[in-house]
Amino acid sequence: MFSIEVNNLTKKFGNFTSVDEISFTVKQGEILGFLGSNGAGKSTTIRMLCGILAPTSGDALVGGYSIVKEPDKVKLNLGYMSQRFSLYNDLTVEENINFFGGVYGLAGKHLKERKQWVLEISNLVGKEKILTGSLPGGIKQRLALGTAVIHQPKIVFLDEPTSGVDPISRRNFWELIHQLSDNGTTVFVTTHYLEEAEFCNNIILIDAGKLIAEGNSKKLKTEYLTNSIIEIECSRVVDALGILEAQNFVEETSIFGNKIHISVKEYLDYKSKIKNLLTDENGIDVKSINKIVPTLEDVFIHLLEKNKK
Amino acid sequence: MINRTKAIAKKEIKQLKRDARMLFVILFFPVFLLVIFGYAVTFDVHHIKLAIFDKNKTEVSRDYIKSFTESTYFDIVKYLDADKEVKETLDEKYAQVVLVIPADFSNTLATGSQPTKVQFLIDGVDGNTATIIMNYVNGATRSYSLKIQEDYLASIGGKFYQPINLEARYWFNPNLESTKFLIPGLIAMILIVTAVVSVSLSLVREKERGTIEQINVSSINTLELLIGKSLPYIFLALLNAAFILTAGYFLFDIAIKGSYIWLFITTLIFVISSIGLGILVSVIADSQQIAFTIATFASLLPSVILSGFIFPIDSMPLPIQIITNITPAKFFIVALRAIVLRGVGPEAFWDQLLYLILFGTFMLTAASIISKKKARAV
Ligand SMILES: Nc1ncnc2c1ncn2[C@@H]1O[C@H](COP(=O)(O)OP(=O)(O)O)[C@@H](O)[C@H]1O
Ligand SMILES: [Mg+2]
Repeated sequence: MFSIEVNNLTKKFGNFTSVDEISFTVKQGEILGFLGSNGAGKSTTIRMLCGILAPTSGDALVGGYSIVKEPDKVKLNLGYMSQRFSLYNDLTVEENINFFGGVYGLAGKHLKERKQWVLEISNLVGKEKILTGSLPGGIKQRLALGTAVIHQPKIVFLDEPTSGVDPISRRNFWELIHQLSDNGTTVFVTTHYLEEAEFCNNIILIDAGKLIAEGNSKKLKTEYLTNSIIEIECSRVVDALGILEAQNFVEETSIFGNKIHISVKEYLDYKSKIKNLLTDENGIDVKSINKIVPTLEDVFIHLLEKNKK
Repeated sequence: MINRTKAIAKKEIKQLKRDARMLFVILFFPVFLLVIFGYAVTFDVHHIKLAIFDKNKTEVSRDYIKSFTESTYFDIVKYLDADKEVKETLDEKYAQVVLVIPADFSNTLATGSQPTKVQFLIDGVDGNTATIIMNYVNGATRSYSLKIQEDYLASIGGKFYQPINLEARYWFNPNLESTKFLIPGLIAMILIVTAVVSVSLSLVREKERGTIEQINVSSINTLELLIGKSLPYIFLALLNAAFILTAGYFLFDIAIKGSYIWLFITTLIFVISSIGLGILVSVIADSQQIAFTIATFASLLPSVILSGFIFPIDSMPLPIQIITNITPAKFFIVALRAIVLRGVGPEAFWDQLLYLILFGTFMLTAASIISKKKARAV
C-alpha cells in the first residue's frame, strides 16, 4: 500500500513546463527527500500533491484520493508546511497554535493535548505569550512543523523547511522529522541541501521538472555513478579547476571549499599526471590527491551534468 | 463549521487588536470624515453679526427686532444712531448685515394700506455667505409679516388657517433640509469605503504572505473562511454606523425619526453587500497595494458621484441612471433617508433592501466564479 502514487504528473504555466511527467511512489511511514536546485519544480509538485494546484495532466493518489478528482478529500489526510513562513508573525505562539488547531477542526481537550505537544517539540513550553515574529528562525520552523501536523495527518509535506536555518537547528529539525516517521507518518520533504539527502529513506532528484534519479543513497551512489572520483587539495583552486576542466580524461569537475573533485572514467595512475600538470607546468601547490568514495553530491553533480547534455 | 469559523474570526480580531493604527483608522477616520464633510456641506450660518439702525424706536419696531434675536442665527452686535455709521459698520466689519428701520415703520404698518419697507445692507464680499444671510433675512421678515397678518386677521375676527409656526422653522432655514439630506449619503460613503477596503485588504494580506495556502490545505471551506473573515468587519462597520449617527445627532442635530430595528437591519444588509464588493476586489487583486487602489476606487467614486448623495439621480441622463446601480450606496441612501429623516417603515423602502440583497448576491456570485477560475491554476 503506497501512501503517495504519482503518475505522469505535469504542470505547465503557459508554455513553460514546470513539472514534466514525473512518476514515483512513496511508502507509508517513509521519509522521501525530494531534491533539486532552485526552480527545479519541487514546490510546484508539492502544491499539486496537496490539492491546491491543479495538474495540467497526469494524476496522483495521495492517501488514496485523486488530486484531480477529489482534491478536497486529499486535504483531509495531510499536513503542509509551505516554503514561505506559514505562521502569523503578529500572533503569539499560543494564538497561532489555537488558530491552526481551529481551522483543522480541533477543539476542547483534544486541542489542549495537541497544543501541549506542539509546545514541547518546539521548546516553547512557558513561552506561549511570545509574539511569533520575535522567535529565532530554528524555533519558528519547529513551531510551523508542529502546527502543520497538529491534526496528526497520515502524510506531511514539508517544502524546504530547513532553508535559512543554522546547521545545528537543521540537525534538530531532522530529528523531529524522524520522530514523525517513526510514528508512521509519511514525510515528503524538499530541500536543496544535498547533504540532507542522507537523512532520507528514499531520494528523488529532479531537474528542470524532470525526474532524473530515484533510490536510497546507497543505490544512487553505486548505480548512477560508475566513474571514479578524485579529490585534489591545492592552492589557487579556481585556476586549477580551469586547467583540469580542459583535460580529456576529466569528465566532470566541481569545487568543495578548497578542494576539487574530478570524475574520471577509469582510475589509472592520474596522481602523477595531475601533479605534473598543476605543480610543474602551472606552479600550483598540491597538498593531496586521493581517490575517494563518492558522496551523494558527486552523484547529483554527475546526474545534473548528464541531464544538461 | 462553527468552530472553524470562530477560529478565523478570533484570529482576525486578535490581529486587528494588535494593529492599533488600522483599528484607529477604521474607527475614528469615519467620524473625522463626517465632521469635515459635514461642515463642508453645511450651508447653515450661525451667529450672523447684525447691527441695527432703528429710526422708528417704537414698540412695534422693537418687536420686529426681537424676532431676529429669537434664533441663534443672528447676534445683535451694535445699535446705530446715524446714517454715516452704517457705512463705517460694514466697512470695518463690525457687522455682516445692517438693518435699517425707517421712521414711519410703525405708522405704515398700522394703516395697512401699503407694505412697509425695511432696508438690509449686507456685506457682499463673501457672495456665498451673503446669499445665505439674505435668505435668512427674507425668511425672518416673511415669518414676521405673516405673524402680523395673523394678528390682524384675529383682531377682525378672521382666522388664518395655515399653521404658521411650523412653516416658519423651514423658512427661517431654507438650506437645513439639504444638509440633512446629505448626511445619509455621507454615512453610506464612509461605511462602504471602510468595509470594502478593510475586508479586501485583510483577505489579500493572506494571499500576499502565503498564509492562505496554509488555510487552503486545512479542512476549512470558502464559506467558513469568508464568514469568519467578514464577521469582525461587519461588527466594526455597525459600530462605525452607530458612531456616525451619534456624531450626526450631536453635531448636525439629525435625530433618527424611524425605527432603530429597521435602521439596524438596513445597515446590516448594506454592510454585508458592501463586503461582497470587498470580497470581489480581493479575488481580483493579488497585492495589498492593488487591492487598496481598486477598493478605494470602486467604493468611493461611485458612492459619491452615482449614489444620489450629491447629484440627484433623476436629473442624470438615462444611461448614467442605469450605471448608478453599480453602487449599493444608492439603495442604502434612499432607505436611510426614509428611516432617519422621514421616519417611515419598511413599506417605503423594502425594494431598496431587495436591491441591496441582489447586489450582494451578484458580487459574491461573481467573486466565486472568478475565484473558481483562478483556483488551483497558479
Ligand atoms: N505560479 C507560477 N506561474 C508561473 N511560473 C511558475 C509558477 N510557479 C512556479 N513557476 C515556475 O516553475 C518553475 C519551478 O518552480 P518551483 O516549483 O517553485 O521550483 P522549486 O520549488 O524547485 O524551487 C520555476 O521556473 C518557476 O519560475
Ligand atoms: Mg520551492
